[in-house]
Amino acid sequence: MREVAIIGVGCTRFTELWETSFRDLFVEAGLSAIEDAGVEGETIDALYIGNMSAGRFIEQEHLASLIADYAGLASINTPSTRVEAACASGGLALRQAVLAVASGHHNIVIAGGGEKMTDVGTGDATDVLSAAADREWEGIMGATFPGLYAMIARLHMHRYHTTSEQLAQVAVKNHYNATMNPRAQYQREITVENVLTSPIVADPLHLLDCSPITDGAAAVILAPGEIARKYTDTPVYIKATAQASSTISLHDRRDITTLDATVAAARRAFEMAGVTPDEIDIAEVHDCFTIAEILAIEDIGFFKKGEGGRATEEGLTAIGGKIPVNTSGGLKACGHPVGATGIKQAVEVTEQLRGEAGKRQVDGAEIGLTQNVGGSGGTAIIHILQR
Amino acid sequence: MDSVGIVSYGAYIPRYRIKVDEIAETWGEDGDSIRKSLWVFEKSVPDIDEDTVTIAVEAARSAIGRREIDPLRIGAIYTGSESHPYVVKPTSTIVAEAIGATPLLTAADFEFACKGGTAAIQACMGLVGSGMIDLGLAIGSDVAQGAPGDALEYTAAAGGVALVIGRSELAAEIEATYSLTTDMPDFWRRDGMPYPEHGGRFTGEPAYFRHIIGAAQGLMEKTSTTPGDYDYVVLHQPNGKFPMRAARMLGFTERQLGPGFVVPHLGNTYSGSAMMGLAAVLDLAEPGERILMASFGSGAGSDAFLVRVLDEIRELREKAPSVSELLKDPTYVSYATYARHKGKMKM
Amino acid sequence: MTVPRFWRKLKHRYNLLGTHCTTCETYYYPPRKICPKCRRRGEIEPHRFKGEGKLLTYTIIQNPPEKITAHAPYVLGIVELDEGPRLTSQIICSPEEAEIGMRVRSVFRKIGEESAEGMIYYGTKFVKL
Repeated sequence: MREVAIIGVGCTRFTELWETSFRDLFVEAGLSAIEDAGVEGETIDALYIGNMSAGRFIEQEHLASLIADYAGLASINTPSTRVEAACASGGLALRQAVLAVASGHHNIVIAGGGEKMTDVGTGDATDVLSAAADREWEGIMGATFPGLYAMIARLHMHRYHTTSEQLAQVAVKNHYNATMNPRAQYQREITVENVLTSPIVADPLHLLDCSPITDGAAAVILAPGEIARKYTDTPVYIKATAQASSTISLHDRRDITTLDATVAAARRAFEMAGVTPDEIDIAEVHDCFTIAEILAIEDIGFFKKGEGGRATEEGLTAIGGKIPVNTSGGLKACGHPVGATGIKQAVEVTEQLRGEAGKRQVDGAEIGLTQNVGGSGGTAIIHILQR
Repeated sequence: MDSVGIVSYGAYIPRYRIKVDEIAETWGEDGDSIRKSLWVFEKSVPDIDEDTVTIAVEAARSAIGRREIDPLRIGAIYTGSESHPYVVKPTSTIVAEAIGATPLLTAADFEFACKGGTAAIQACMGLVGSGMIDLGLAIGSDVAQGAPGDALEYTAAAGGVALVIGRSELAAEIEATYSLTTDMPDFWRRDGMPYPEHGGRFTGEPAYFRHIIGAAQGLMEKTSTTPGDYDYVVLHQPNGKFPMRAARMLGFTERQLGPGFVVPHLGNTYSGSAMMGLAAVLDLAEPGERILMASFGSGAGSDAFLVRVLDEIRELREKAPSVSELLKDPTYVSYATYARHKGKMKM
Repeated sequence: MTVPRFWRKLKHRYNLLGTHCTTCETYYYPPRKICPKCRRRGEIEPHRFKGEGKLLTYTIIQNPPEKITAHAPYVLGIVELDEGPRLTSQIICSPEEAEIGMRVRSVFRKIGEESAEGMIYYGTKFVKL
């Protein structure tokens, strides 16, 4: 398998984008990545499109053709593939693209991800998202996504004495980071009190423990490592791509407070990259809810099980801490256009490793990690990137 | 015909209650005088997710569980109710599936205001007695409807009773049944309408009293019995006053009426009303004792039954919740909660 | 959920009908055709659960999904049946009553409806034992 590098990145603004359609989101992100990489359309061998549910958000399937078409690549018949793994669709699109280049089958590949969520009302959007859980045995019984993560949070608090304040600290940190990210949906600081006095959505989770509904798209251009420098002076190498599955239903997990898919994907990724969690300088993790970031930093191995809440409270995951987590603002404050998230994580880490992250730059970051989760943990995708 | 009777029985009452005073206060009425005129103090209220079907299923499961009856022996299920959740699509098929009695049985829903359940008993008696089926399940279940502010609202309650009717292993024998039916427009609900209409005082003498007394007296004549031959009398209980007066008119004492007189703290469970009284009596009756039960359904008719308790009743004790246990420790709700539970607030 | 889709597993919802792998003696609810432990070596047979268990964790839902018959706030939990399997269901109790480890038993309730005109979904919820 060949080494693979990211030679270009692009990302739209993450927010409610009333003027921008689904296809335009992709075109905007893709074009900026293509410009960043300095590649010509003709040299792109394939597209991978990560998207969770355009079928229900905008009543559009066959995204592979649609995006190739509006990116101007249908005229030269570039192959295009849509991949779906709920909220991990973006990460999975990246992984498919990495494997295509690593295998030697393709050279220059674009991996994009995006979601247009605001063309439907909040009730419909919530229902679409809940399709990432088991509709027949969770959804129909009255489970919502915040509800599933709230059940994880409740047990985590019960077992490890994690507090609502510690959960709130995740949101506070990520909102602070987002103030330094011009793409972020919420570029404003919040306090622990703001979180704890926001309405309860699914006890113990408050509204400000939850990621928002967002429009957005992101794209990265991949090339074989050996020719990456032909396109950029700052290639970022993909040292590991790992994926793992777990049960779709939360109730069937071995342990409700551990995402085994994350544990397995992390183990595979660290083995493939030949690094340990201690060597990671920055991480973008899947904080769809504050508790999800606590789980992520434990299950990846940054902290012991049960210590994620305290680590957050002590500032160990803040910029300048032991392991800065979600410098972009994460899903919580940067926004969570579902299919875009996994790609946006790679964009953020690439910019950090290139030293282009502006005010939120983590000094001297060399190795970064992304963790993208589908549903309540049925899929986890981890990538390790190195400059 | 072989002797036919009750093999097992089960009751279900939702845990919520609303006090008559709470309803009266909502409508600016005098709770005290309403309590005294109806002799009803509180009534059961279904949970938001309870309806005639769920109540019928819980009662049926209780009846089956009380005696560990193989549900595949049940050859017929009939559910009487005036509040079937579907107008077309039977309650009884859902019950059949939920107790594991499918697919080899016959099933249908009955509607005869408050006596659909006792009509189901008679249908099961016929099928069992003729040997067409082994066991029959007769259910009376209702989440009774009363328009907001209507007099019915003080009494219209929720509950259900299921009887397993068979030929052998009888806990009580049904020695006789006697029915009286006329066309009597005392109470009705037109198709598509949410709440029933009723004839006010017209529902009393020409409807309730004439039919229930006629059926009870007819049964006693047919069986050559007198009130003195009975240990218990159970009459349909639309409120407390009607059955008390009817019992007196028939010559029964308060002692005979008392054990099956469940209405003051339950309300009128319609198709479940007389059957709930019967279940309450079966909870404590001793072998050899005799019960006269008479239902009343507007429209109108009455089914009267002579039930004789047998030794096997002892096998059934404490194997399922008794009516008094079901009535114990209720959760009282406000009118607002009651209105939400009953879907009276359309959103 | 469409009518055929609900109907297909209706018995399993009404009666906690799941499966049992006789090879490894593991019980499954909802039912599975393949034992995740034994895979092809597994022998699967139907199994009806008693319906008692304990509450493993829970939440209080403030924003119910559409078509669900429950008034917010309602308690949603993961129940571990005594035979082993776990499932997601509503717990019928006040939010203050819910407690991790609480014993529960199954009851038959309305879980939702397609619409005011549509099919009613019945199924299993749990009450405090």
